[in-house]
This record gives sequence, structure tokens and C-alpha cells, in this order.
Amino acid sequence: MAILEAQNINYVADGNQILFDCNFSLNKKEIVTISGHSGSGKSTFVKILASLLTQTSGKIYFEDENILDLSPIEYRRQVSYAVQQPTLFGETVYDNLVFPYDIRKQKFDRHHVIKALKTVDLKESDLDKPITSLSGGQKQRVALLRNLIFVPKILILDEVTTGLDCDTKASVHKMIDYYMGNYDLSVLMITHDNEELKHAKKVVYIEDGRIKEGTENE
Amino acid sequence: MNNIDISNSSLFLTAGLIFISLAVGWYEKLKINKSIIYAALRAVVQLFVVGYVLKYVFAIDNWILTFTLMVIIIVNSSINASNRSDGLKNGLWISLAAISSSTIIVIGVITLSGAIKFVPSQVIPFTGMIASNSMVALGLCYRNMNAGFHDRRQQVMEKLALGADVSTSCKDILRDSIKTGLQPTIDTAKTVGLVALPGMMSGLILAGVDPVHAIKYQIMVIFMLLGITAITTIIACYLGYRSFYNSRMQLTRF
Repeated sequence: MAILEAQNINYVADGNQILFDCNFSLNKKEIVTISGHSGSGKSTFVKILASLLTQTSGKIYFEDENILDLSPIEYRRQVSYAVQQPTLFGETVYDNLVFPYDIRKQKFDRHHVIKALKTVDLKESDLDKPITSLSGGQKQRVALLRNLIFVPKILILDEVTTGLDCDTKASVHKMIDYYMGNYDLSVLMITHDNEELKHAKKVVYIEDGRIKEGTENE
Repeated sequence: MNNIDISNSSLFLTAGLIFISLAVGWYEKLKINKSIIYAALRAVVQLFVVGYVLKYVFAIDNWILTFTLMVIIIVNSSINASNRSDGLKNGLWISLAAISSSTIIVIGVITLSGAIKFVPSQVIPFTGMIASNSMVALGLCYRNMNAGFHDRRQQVMEKLALGADVSTSCKDILRDSIKTGLQPTIDTAKTVGLVALPGMMSGLILAGVDPVHAIKYQIMVIFMLLGITAITTIIACYLGYRSFYNSRMQLTRF
């Protein structure tokens, strides 16, 4: 059963049509990879799915409910979006990991965060590290943890592994596997990486704003 | 004006100082000489008109007229401030709300405390002072807010993507904008008397008022300015930030 379903999505910005009648569905606990050339509309499409943009026409259903009828805040906490080259907040790793608690007006759960840090090969002592001292890979992992501290139902990864070295990529994949294995998490990831595409279970290609027919396969 | 009186001929001779700025403009090819002449002429006309209007208003001491003049000052400063808002939605209404609130609160406090009386000769100059300072603070605040939403767009988007509400997603930008609006007043308060003798105090001393009394007035003005800029910037920021989002809590501008 589809947890997220997009029907006939069109998107027009400044008079230019970016997406044309895109149909897409993501099942529970499924991982789908989206690929396509730069400027093909992939990021726009996933931003619409993450409710960071609103489609010009078409409908998106999350657990059978039209997302336009849902609170954007609650929806985004369930369908979490992460970007390539994220911006870390504040001054330390802690400032970033306390953010998901602050916005939910909940007390920081140190024990839970330390456990989560271990899933991405980070330590408790890293909490006090200044963000300026982190490597690109560490920054990406801290940013991803922000999305996963409260595990969403869907994680959308917009080229998060682009530019990362092999070890960091492996660490990110290990993290995704861990959360998918232990929680009801579905993942939608955009990538250009051949290695990732080769191992992808289901790939959807977007070309010139259209989801290419016949390329969605298991 | 017991101690100082500027004759028309003195005023005419000091107008020669404008030629210095015209010479700089001409020598450096700044192409601003027209603006300088226009600004100088406008200042002369505006001040003469205001001077005669104030003389009339002070003389008849009518509260409706006083109130009308206060409204004119507030509306004009709001229009000027909204022109610096770089297309902020409802910029004029936001500026009007911010400047009128700060004027009402501050005039209320200083009249109720007995520092000034609600007479045109005291209320109108204070309204002008409040409105002009609010206008400058708003200009800085708007510029910072626009730059913040432009430069930190991705950070705001990432916070929204994590499920933050709109005010949390731009909290840092709002803080910086309020701080930027307040900073010149804080700097002025720190350096007053050391770097510059403020206009009001200098004016009172030139008019023959005991410097100690002039200082008391100036201290009140400093307190007032700190209050004005805080009230104005916080109202403008909290009313203004929503225009960067749509009803689906998505970033819209830029």
C-alpha cells in the first residue's frame, strides 16, 4: 500500500513549466531512488513532496490524505527532507541535535541522542564539538541525525551523498539501513552516483520534468 | 532665542557652504549636483513652511490641529520607511503600526511622567524626533531582514523541512534585524557627550538654557530613543516576517 502518492503533478514557476503530469508512489518501508540530469526537475519534485513547494496542479496523498488538508508542520515532521551541503545551526553539534526537541517543545533526551550518534559513528563527546571543526562528512551525518532524532515515516534525501568520500557514503547508507531495519521508515533518495544506482532496488528517472515511462522497475 | 539670532544675510552667506559640496560633486564627477541643489532647496522650503505652520499651531494651541500634525508626521515617516522595505508586503501598514505604536507609548510615558506637557510646542517636536528615529531604525531593520532571508534562505528552508513553525525558522534573522535597528541608538547612547553633543541639547544651550537642564532633557531623549527603536523594530519584524512565507508555510520571496 502506498504511503505517499503523487498524481498528475504539474509545476509552473515564473511562467516556465518545470514538471509535467508526474505520477509517483512510495510504499511503506520501501526505498526508491530518483535520478536524472541536472535541471530535470528532480529537486523541485521532491520539494513538492516535502511540502516545501506547492504544485500548480495535481494531488499528493500521504496515508490517503491530501497533504493540502494536513498541517504543514505535522506533515514535515512525518515526511522529512534533507539536502546536499546542509547548513548546520548554531555553534555546536548539540545546537543542531537539540533543535528537533525545541521545535516540539520537548526536553532534550541525551540518552536517545547518544544512541543515535553511535549509528553514524559519532561519539558523545562530539556533542560539544564546534560545527566549524567538523569535516564535510561529519556535517552531513549531523544534519541527517536532525531528520532522524524523531524518526519520520518518510525520509527524502536530496543528493545527500554527492561529494562525500566512500567511507562517509558507506556510513550514510549504514545509517539508512539501521533506521529502515528498526523503524517503519520509507526512503526516497535522489542520486547521480552510479554505484548507488547500481545497488538501488527501484529507480525512477526524471527527464525534462517528466517521469520517464517504463523506467520505474524493481 | 535670546543668545543667538541668525540674520537673513548670515543665512544667505552660510548657503555658500553648499558650493563646497557642489565642487566636490563636480570634481569627482559624482553626478549628484542636481540632487544637492534639489535637496538644499527642498530643505529651505520645507523648513520655512514647517516653521510658519508650527508658529501658527503653537499660537492657537488647539488639540485637533496638534493631533493632525502628529498624524502627518507619522504617516510621512511611515511612507519613507516603507519605501526602504524593498517590496515587503504591507510595508506601509507595518511601518505605520510600528511608528504609531512607538509614538503613542513614548509620548504617553513622557507626558504622564510629567517630563513634558501635552502642548503643541512640546508634543510636536517630540513626535518628530520619535518618528524620524523610528524611520531610520525601520530602514536598517528592513534591509537586514531582506538580506537575511536572501542569504540564509537554505537555512530557513531546512528548519521548515524539519517541522519548525515559521517564526522559529527565521528567529535568527529576526534577532539580527532587531539588533541592527537598535545598534545605532545604543552606540549613540554610549558616545553621547564624548563624541558629539546631540542636536537637542546643543539647541537648548544655544537658546540660552542652563546646560544642566539641557542635559536632563538629553538624558530623557536617550532613554526615549532606546525605547522607540526597540518598540519599532520588534513590531516591524514580527509583523513583517510573515510576508516571506505563504499560507502553506513555504518561503515565497527571492
